[in-house]
Amino acid sequence: MLPSLLICLALTLASVVVGVYAERKLSGFIQDRMGPTEVGPYGLLQLGADLIKLLQKEDIIPYLADRKLFLIAPGLIFTAVFLGYAVIPLGPDWIGSATSLGVFWLMAIVSLDVIGILMAGWASNNKYSLLGAMRSVAQIVSYEVPLGLVVLCVAMLNQSLDLQEISFGQGIYTPHPVYFFGIKSWGLDVTAAGGFLSWNIFRMPLFFVAFIIYFIASLAECNRAPFDLPEAESELVGGFHTEYSGFRWALVFLSEYAMMLLVSMLGVVLFLGSWNTPLPNIGPVRLADWTSGAPGTILGGITGLAWLLIKSAVLVFVQMWVRWTYPRLRVDQLMYLGWKVLTPAALLLVFLTGIWRLWMV
Amino acid sequence: MQNQILYVWYLLTAVTILAALLVVLAKNPIHSVLSLVVTFFCLSAHYVLLNAQFLAVVNIIVYAGAIMVLFLFVIMFLNLREYTEETKSNFAKLGAAVVGGVTLVAIIAALKKVQYPMPMRYDVRTGFVETLGEVLFRDYLLPFELVTVLFFVAMVGAVMLGKREKGERHF
Repeated sequence: MLPSLLICLALTLASVVVGVYAERKLSGFIQDRMGPTEVGPYGLLQLGADLIKLLQKEDIIPYLADRKLFLIAPGLIFTAVFLGYAVIPLGPDWIGSATSLGVFWLMAIVSLDVIGILMAGWASNNKYSLLGAMRSVAQIVSYEVPLGLVVLCVAMLNQSLDLQEISFGQGIYTPHPVYFFGIKSWGLDVTAAGGFLSWNIFRMPLFFVAFIIYFIASLAECNRAPFDLPEAESELVGGFHTEYSGFRWALVFLSEYAMMLLVSMLGVVLFLGSWNTPLPNIGPVRLADWTSGAPGTILGGITGLAWLLIKSAVLVFVQMWVRWTYPRLRVDQLMYLGWKVLTPAALLLVFLTGIWRLWMV
Repeated sequence: MQNQILYVWYLLTAVTILAALLVVLAKNPIHSVLSLVVTFFCLSAHYVLLNAQFLAVVNIIVYAGAIMVLFLFVIMFLNLREYTEETKSNFAKLGAAVVGGVTLVAIIAALKKVQYPMPMRYDVRTGFVETLGEVLFRDYLLPFELVTVLFFVAMVGAVMLGKREKGERHF
């Protein structure tokens, strides 16, 4: 348990370091400027400089703030997000907790960061913080509905809530036969081919829509643009963390990036083949066998972790790309999209997945 | 191993009782609600110790997650520090005492029926989703469906309340 914990912690910290640098360079590229260039080669040490600055800053607590809650809140937010990593399989034989409830636990525990956000916003005793917290919570609670429904679709098709079991079903080591597009009557058995052909998104063609709903909802869950109303700089200064400084502000920032990585990893595990390789076996060219080690071997662990991280990094990249491309939504547009577009679509998908499960599998 | 679980149990129980006391004793309603969240969380941990994982997660997602967030939301909207404790009327105090007393009697009556030590009927699968699904969708299908009707009615009611009235502008 302890090694998994430390590895996950290291992973989150590393993801923040890489993420912040990548985000700044990427936004620079998209906006046709250079990004950080001064500190170190290509500005690589910029983040180190920023971190040192943040850590030695004074931890300011507003005079009229609710002192205890103000101090606890950032830790609570980070803990809630970090506990989600417990059930993410990092490889074929590597998972923090092998509970059979995996994804259900993840949804439950991550939804608790709402309490931390409300605490932070309210304890600051600042109207901008409170407004930011209100917006943030309303948004997260609303988008949890389509997110949960889409996750339910995947759980229904795989007949499991265990993320490791869902992972095994999407590659060459699956215990069940896999058919092309999941249609048994065509008789195209692709179990041995593996690769992207056995990913959930390919095994059940409707899951392409489900994945898009998942991605949009996960952006809203992370409070990322175009759903970044909770921290809209032009109207709310900085959202629920306006009053925070120094280390506690860094913790809030850390949770945001940890959340980005977590939802990307969950998306990869649910739809994009988890730790399985994307390359299929084509006749004698056994790409899938060459690029993934068998479960139980060291090579299997390494390739599994590598594929999972590569795929998650691509999703994180898309999140950043979206952030620097689209303008922010208005509050009513946000609620309209969540409740009147995504939720009915997700409900329909649950229904269709049920029919698919009954008739096609 | 047994001893470790016992220590965990003692610690959890202590925290649970402490948090539950704080719910009643805290002056600030927000602190009270947050203590209630901690209490629910500890109860979930107790469920895990009793091998009821599903129940534990449901408890977190429904009570600590959804209902308590709603509570916090409402309380934070209602009072922004200008709240002064108003004294309750004697009638309200009497009502509270009667309700509390009746609940206490009911709990004591229920506890008297408990066999101690518990009979050992240990089954790993008790808390699993599959077991719960079988019980819920086969043995108790009718009550389950009736509850869904209840939920449906509540949803229709919420939609009716939130519906735009004639001539009312939307944003």
